[in-house]
Amino acid sequence: MTETPLRDRGKVGGPRPRWLPARLAGLRSETGTARTMTFDVPEWPGHQAGQHVDLRLTAADGYSTERSYSIAAPAEDARVSITVQEVGTGEVSPYLVENMELGDALEMRGPIGGWFVWSPSPEAPVEQPILLVAGGSGVVPLMAMVRERARSGSRAPFRLVYSVRDPGQVLFAPELAQHAQDEGVQVDLVYSRETPKDFARPAGRITARDLATPPDAGWPDDPPPRAYVCGPTAFVEHAIRTLLDLGYTNHNIRAERFGPSGG
Amino acid sequence: MTEQSASNSLDGNAAAGPFTDVFGFDVSTVLVTCGGCRASAVFAEQRAFLGGPGTVLRCPGCDHLLARVVQTTDELWLDMSGSSCWRFPLEASTA
Repeated sequence: MTETPLRDRGKVGGPRPRWLPARLAGLRSETGTARTMTFDVPEWPGHQAGQHVDLRLTAADGYSTERSYSIAAPAEDARVSITVQEVGTGEVSPYLVENMELGDALEMRGPIGGWFVWSPSPEAPVEQPILLVAGGSGVVPLMAMVRERARSGSRAPFRLVYSVRDPGQVLFAPELAQHAQDEGVQVDLVYSRETPKDFARPAGRITARDLATPPDAGWPDDPPPRAYVCGPTAFVEHAIRTLLDLGYTNHNIRAERFGPSGG
Repeated sequence: MTEQSASNSLDGNAAAGPFTDVFGFDVSTVLVTCGGCRASAVFAEQRAFLGGPGTVLRCPGCDHLLARVVQTTDELWLDMSGSSCWRFPLEASTA
């Protein structure tokens, strides 16, 4: 493994991530098994696109459990949005997706993660092209990056390749269609099991052809693109191998894996 | 909870939260050198095992146990004996 240059790493330090009181203030259904939950966190210090939070739920008898969830949107006042995919056998996600109601409280620690982050570089003569590779609900932190690009007015070339099992699993579909109209943003869906009717690409897992920069993308030769990959561990490993075959290096791939046992 | 195998392990991104308890800040970008094979990678790219006991960080190359944090009712326990070096970047990123 090669050493990452110091300048490519975010500095350590900053405010100590503490457990903060959070109250559910907004709900939006995304699919039959996923919903976006917006929390009021009065002491929230702000965050970068790609970071996550730890949530802690404590039962009346004192039993408590923690889970990590990616933040779905740029910081807006003291509000933090996450999008939770229900894991049937999970201990926490069924509560979050089905039971938690507006006004209910939990504890939130964050933001966490200074590695899997993107922020605009308005001072750069040419902004680095960004390839986002999402598997299932791994799209959530990448969606935060797409939203941050729009919020900040960045002109960085963006391409999202989003792999889902079937059309019913697509998170943020209307908003993604909208962002795909933005100049410099391309969104490509890949269906692994079942496609919509008349969809050109047959169902199947992501290939080099899906991830190769399209010739008409107009990406600069320099700087080379950076890839952010997020999804279940097996998906991430496969995507990284494919990207390495395409000429990406360990220096310009950043990954975040979540386990099947998430819940 | 069943034990995670290497194929369904998480990465260091997921372990960063519990480690903030001991360090007081996010360690995702710290360069950790394996005491077994001497490979270095940032904390976020190491392999992580959650769910107990404690939070465990392992080398993705040789599976050596790098570090673990365990919280009991009255103690926070940090074992870093498997890693030879932690390098904390202090300069702001220019990437």
